[in-house]
Amino acid sequence: MRGKEKIFLLLAIVAAIGVSLASAAFNRYYLGIAIDCGINVILAVSLNLINGHTGQFSLGHAGFMAVGGYFAAKLTLVFGPMVPAAAQPFLFAGTLLAGGIGAALAGLAVGVPSLRLKGDYLAIVTLGFGEIIRVIFQTSDTFGAATGLTGIPTLASFAWTWGLAAVTVYVVASLVNSTYGRGFIAVHDDEIAAGAMGINPVRYKVTAFVIGAFFAGIAGGLYAHHKAVISPGGFDFLKSIEIVVMVILGGMGRTVGVILAAILLTILPELLRGVSEYRMIIYSLLIILIMLTRPQGLFTLSKKKAA
Amino acid sequence: MDWFLQQLINGLALGAIYALIALGYTMVYGVLRFINFAHADVLMLGAFAAYYLAPAVAKVFGPATVPTALTVMVLSAAICAVIGMLIEFLAYRPLRHRPRLTVLITAIGVSLFIEYTGQHEKVFGAATKAFPTLLPQKEIIVGALRCSSNDLVVVGFTAVLLFAMWYIVQRTKVGMAMRAVSFNEQAASLMGVNVNGIISFTFAIGSALAAIGGIFFAMRAPGIEPLMGVQPGLRAFIAAVLGGIGNLPGAALGGVVLGLIETFFGGMPGLSDYRDAIAFALLILILLFRPAGLLGKMQMEKV
Repeated sequence: MRGKEKIFLLLAIVAAIGVSLASAAFNRYYLGIAIDCGINVILAVSLNLINGHTGQFSLGHAGFMAVGGYFAAKLTLVFGPMVPAAAQPFLFAGTLLAGGIGAALAGLAVGVPSLRLKGDYLAIVTLGFGEIIRVIFQTSDTFGAATGLTGIPTLASFAWTWGLAAVTVYVVASLVNSTYGRGFIAVHDDEIAAGAMGINPVRYKVTAFVIGAFFAGIAGGLYAHHKAVISPGGFDFLKSIEIVVMVILGGMGRTVGVILAAILLTILPELLRGVSEYRMIIYSLLIILIMLTRPQGLFTLSKKKAA
Repeated sequence: MDWFLQQLINGLALGAIYALIALGYTMVYGVLRFINFAHADVLMLGAFAAYYLAPAVAKVFGPATVPTALTVMVLSAAICAVIGMLIEFLAYRPLRHRPRLTVLITAIGVSLFIEYTGQHEKVFGAATKAFPTLLPQKEIIVGALRCSSNDLVVVGFTAVLLFAMWYIVQRTKVGMAMRAVSFNEQAASLMGVNVNGIISFTFAIGSALAAIGGIFFAMRAPGIEPLMGVQPGLRAFIAAVLGGIGNLPGAALGGVVLGLIETFFGGMPGLSDYRDAIAFALLILILLFRPAGLLGKMQMEKV
């Protein structure tokens, strides 16, 4: 871990808090989009650890997000009324953490089958896990069944969202750049060679799934406390696809590109609101065109392989 | 026992539809090694083609007769075959030798594009439309069992099409070329196989099968709408993976297994809400023990 990254982390958190203090001055609509961007940055960067750096193919990120979102929201709804106003931030931090840990456990459950499966088969299994998680929430009365949970206090401020986004970027970037983290890239490049060099691919893959899922859970918690309402429909397979598209457009394994792509893909549908009839048609056409013209990712300047 | 047989009949009919759609996934995977996400939407386009063609064809052959149904199916299949080839030509061919993930995302883009364009009010509109009756329908009752004549037609038709596919792939020159492209594209092209032509042909056949699957699915469904392909498409995709993707008999087997799971668990009180979860859980279990699917061959990785 280099000093440069720590400074980045500190600066980002200070900036997030600073902007957040002034947030009353901003248009609420723009502020909402900015928070959406932060949540998507966390999702995309955490998925990038699994899909980009470690070279696995997960289509179940929305499932991890759902676990985190539901756990955190339920805890806030249950304990929120018992806690004095001054302690609310601590409660919020606690529920987010609990949601993240819940999602990490789900990630462990998904990571284990990934030991044996590759490529398309892994994709379908992760997709299956995501759908199973969604069906469980959809049929569970504790979690509001098909209507989901409503009336969640909107605690996810700009500072929380972007502060945690900075933490996510910091953890993933410094992990991948550490001596230990080279193992992820080795597994990505050639699993058999990595194994022959004494790197345990199984351990790295499971680690990637658990850490990726943890941050997806945190993002889910933020999402629940930003929208105030969550329902199973919001965590379907299309949501997972959306996150995968962010990672691929950003360039697999390129953190900065992925952050920019996450922001761009959050803002783009909003910009197209003026032509709302054609909005999603243009969005899908853009995905096709970008893939045809810049398949290495939108923000990748050189063709050099990213480390 | 009656309940069991009844679910077996329903499951086979549904499974036959999944099998038809899964064939398209598996054939495209066989030659190009990627999952054509837009397949589910070609299925929807097939149902819509039939919806718009049926009144016109019914004027010639009379409504709900066998010639009407056949003509509508053949025409819809032809339309979808052309659409399938167009999709391949415009979106996938320029990316032929790029990483598979790039193609996959493009496929997702094509899928979203067809869905959202279809939902636009000037195209199909998002509302559910009633699907016209194509075939004269009779209820066949044996003891306590009931079976719609449509279900029998679906199963019979699928069996014939499956055999036809097997014949094309295993016994014709085109099929030999398809297998050659699947085995080694470069070597095939050096042996004089027109690789682009074969890939177009594969897309045409797969899309035609999807159109027929879509029409059968629409006959059982309450109505058709631009997102109707998503659910059967996902099931068929699971079926193809379950059977061993790239393997034709595997796709048929996977489709039937999935149809049976869905009707058996859907018919059990208390479990019907979980039927999707159960289908996925079984898929995961099967893949854990047979990572290449039921009929797929495990490939040893060479270092």
